[in-house]
Amino acid sequence: MTSILTNLFDGVAYGMLLFVLACGLAVTLGLMNFVNLAHGAFAMAGGYVCMVLVNRMGWPFFAALPLAFISSAAIGIVLERTLYRHLYARSHLDQVLFTIGLTFMSVAAVDYIQGSSRVFINLPAALQGQFDVFGVGIGRYRLMIIVICGLLTIALQMVLAKTRFGSRLRAAVDDPRAASGLGINVPQVFAFTFAFGCGLAGLGGALSAEILGLDPYFPLKFMIYFLIVVTVGGSSSITGPFLASLLLGIGDVAGKYYVPKMGPFVIYTMMILILIWRPNGLFGRTAAR
Amino acid sequence: MSAASDVGFHAQRQARWHYGEIAFWLVVLACGFAFPTRYLIMTDILRLALFTMSLDLILGYAGIVSLGHAAFFGVGAYAAGLLALHGIVKEPVLALIVAGLAAMVLGFATSFLVIRGVDLTRLMVTLGIALLLEALAERFSNITGGTDGLQGIEMQPILGQIPFDMFGKAGFFYSLAVLFLLFLFARRVVHSPFGLSLRAIKNNPLRAAAIGIPVTRRLIAIYTLAAFYAGIAGALFTQTTAIASLDVFAFERSADLMLVLVIGGTGYLYGGLIGAVVFRMLQELFSTITPQYWQFWIGLVLVVMVLVGRQRLHRWVLYVPNLIIKQVAGRKAVVAVPESEA
Repeated sequence: MTSILTNLFDGVAYGMLLFVLACGLAVTLGLMNFVNLAHGAFAMAGGYVCMVLVNRMGWPFFAALPLAFISSAAIGIVLERTLYRHLYARSHLDQVLFTIGLTFMSVAAVDYIQGSSRVFINLPAALQGQFDVFGVGIGRYRLMIIVICGLLTIALQMVLAKTRFGSRLRAAVDDPRAASGLGINVPQVFAFTFAFGCGLAGLGGALSAEILGLDPYFPLKFMIYFLIVVTVGGSSSITGPFLASLLLGIGDVAGKYYVPKMGPFVIYTMMILILIWRPNGLFGRTAAR
Repeated sequence: MSAASDVGFHAQRQARWHYGEIAFWLVVLACGFAFPTRYLIMTDILRLALFTMSLDLILGYAGIVSLGHAAFFGVGAYAAGLLALHGIVKEPVLALIVAGLAAMVLGFATSFLVIRGVDLTRLMVTLGIALLLEALAERFSNITGGTDGLQGIEMQPILGQIPFDMFGKAGFFYSLAVLFLLFLFARRVVHSPFGLSLRAIKNNPLRAAAIGIPVTRRLIAIYTLAAFYAGIAGALFTQTTAIASLDVFAFERSADLMLVLVIGGTGYLYGGLIGAVVFRMLQELFSTITPQYWQFWIGLVLVVMVLVGRQRLHRWVLYVPNLIIKQVAGRKAVVAVPESEA
C-alpha cells in the first residue's frame, strides 16, 4: 500500500516536471502550429547552465534556477527572431527537418563543450534524502519539484486567464488576422510566448538533472515524451497538457516499477491508442483550424 | 487535341526512359568495376538508396510525413536475420522476399493508424510505432538477442550459386540487382494511373476524393508498398553485413533518412539515389574532419537547406547542367527537376 503511494508521489513529481518541460511546446506546437522538435535542446541548455553555475562557480542551487530560466529564454528569443520566425508559414516537413537539424547541432555542441557523460548538479543538503509521512517515503527533492511546478502551473493559468497579455495571446492564437486587425502585435506576442516557453523548458531542464538525468542526448531521449504530452493533452488550454503530463508521469513510474520489462511499451501503446481514438488529443478541441 | 488525350500524351512522355537515366544506371554499374576496393561503402549507399526510395514513395508521391520509417527497415532486418540464423529459409533471395513481406504485413496493419489524422498525428503515430518496435525487440531479447543483436548469421550462396565473399563484391552486385529491379517496379508504379492519382491526393485530398479517387485505399496501398521496400532494404542490410542490432529501429535512422531524401529531392525516385550518394559523401567528409561531432555538421546542413529553401537549392544545383544541355542540345533541359513542396 505504502509503495503504491510512494510511486504515486514520484509519478506526480515526474509528471509535474514533464509539464514544466513541455508546456512551452504546447504553445508552439499546439497553438502556433509549429512542430518544434528542438524543444528539448532548450531544456538541456538550461540544465547545463545551472550545472556550470552550481558546480563550477559555486552558486547556490536556488540562485542558479532563475538563471537557467533566463538563459534558455534568451537563447529562445534570439533563435525565434533570427530563424524560427521565417518558418511559421512553411510546411510541417520543413519545420521537422529544421528542428531536427537544430537538435543534432545542439547534441554535438554540448558533447563537444561538456563531454558526453551524464552530469549531476550538486544539491544543497536540505534537498537530499527523504522523510516519512504515515509510512509513505517522501523525497525532499521531489516535494520541492511538486511545490515549484504546482505554483508555476497556477501562475500560468492565472496569467492566461486573467491578464491582458493572456487575452492577447488567446486572441492571437484563435485568429491571428483578426487579432492584428485589432491592434495586437501578433509576432511580438508569439515571440514573447516562445521565449517564455523556452525559459520554462530551461528551468525544467535544471530541475530534471536529478530525476531524468542530464547528458547531451537529452533532447533526443525526451523528445517523444514532450510530444506525447502535447499531442495527448491537446492545446485548447493548459489543463489538457497538465493532466496529460500527470498521466504520463504516473503511468511511466508505475510501468517501470510494476512491469519493468515492458518499460516504455506501456507508454507508447497508450499514446497510439489515444491518438487513434481522439486525433486531436484527449482534451483537444474537435475542430482543427 | 482533347484534354484527356493531352494529359495522356504528357503522362506517357514523362514515363519514357530518358538518355540521362540510362546513363545514370550505366555509371552506377561502372562504379562496381571501377572501385573494387570500395564495395562495402558502395553497398551501404545502395541500401540507403533503396530505403530512401521507399520513403520517397510515401512522402514525395503521397505526401505522408513519417518519422518512423525505420520500423519497417528494422522488421525486414530482423526477419532476414532470424530466417538465416535458424535456417528457416536458407536461400537469400527467397529470404529477402519473405522479410519484405513481413514488413509489408506490418505496413498494411499500421497504415490504418497512419492515414488517419493530420501531419502531426501521423508524425507521432509513425514515431510511436518505431519506438514501440524498438522496445519490443529489447523486451524479447531471447529472440532478438537484445542489445547484443543477432550474431553469428551465416549467409548461404545467392541462388545456391554465388557465395558472399569477404570483400563484399557479391553483396554489392546482389544489392545493385535488387535495387534496380525494385526501381523498375517503382518507376512503373509512379507513372501508372495509380501513381498519378497519388499525386492528385497529395496536392489536394478533398478534390481528389471529389473526382472519384478512393483516397483511403490508395494511401493504404502505397504505404504498404513502401513498407515492403523498406523491409527489403532492412533485409539487405542484414544479409550483406551479417548483423542485426537494435539500432535498426533507432530514431536517428528515420531522421537521417529524411535528410537523405531532402538532399536528393522528393517526388522523382532518383532523389533517393542521388541523396544517398551525397549524404554518405558528406558523412565521410565530416567524420574525417571531426570523427565524434559529425552530427553537428549534418544538422547544420539540414538547417541551412531549410532556410535557403529546398526548391531554390535544387534550382541552383541543376543550373549548370541545364545550361550545358541547353547550349549543346539546343533545347529545353531534360534534367529532372523535383516536384513541388511535399
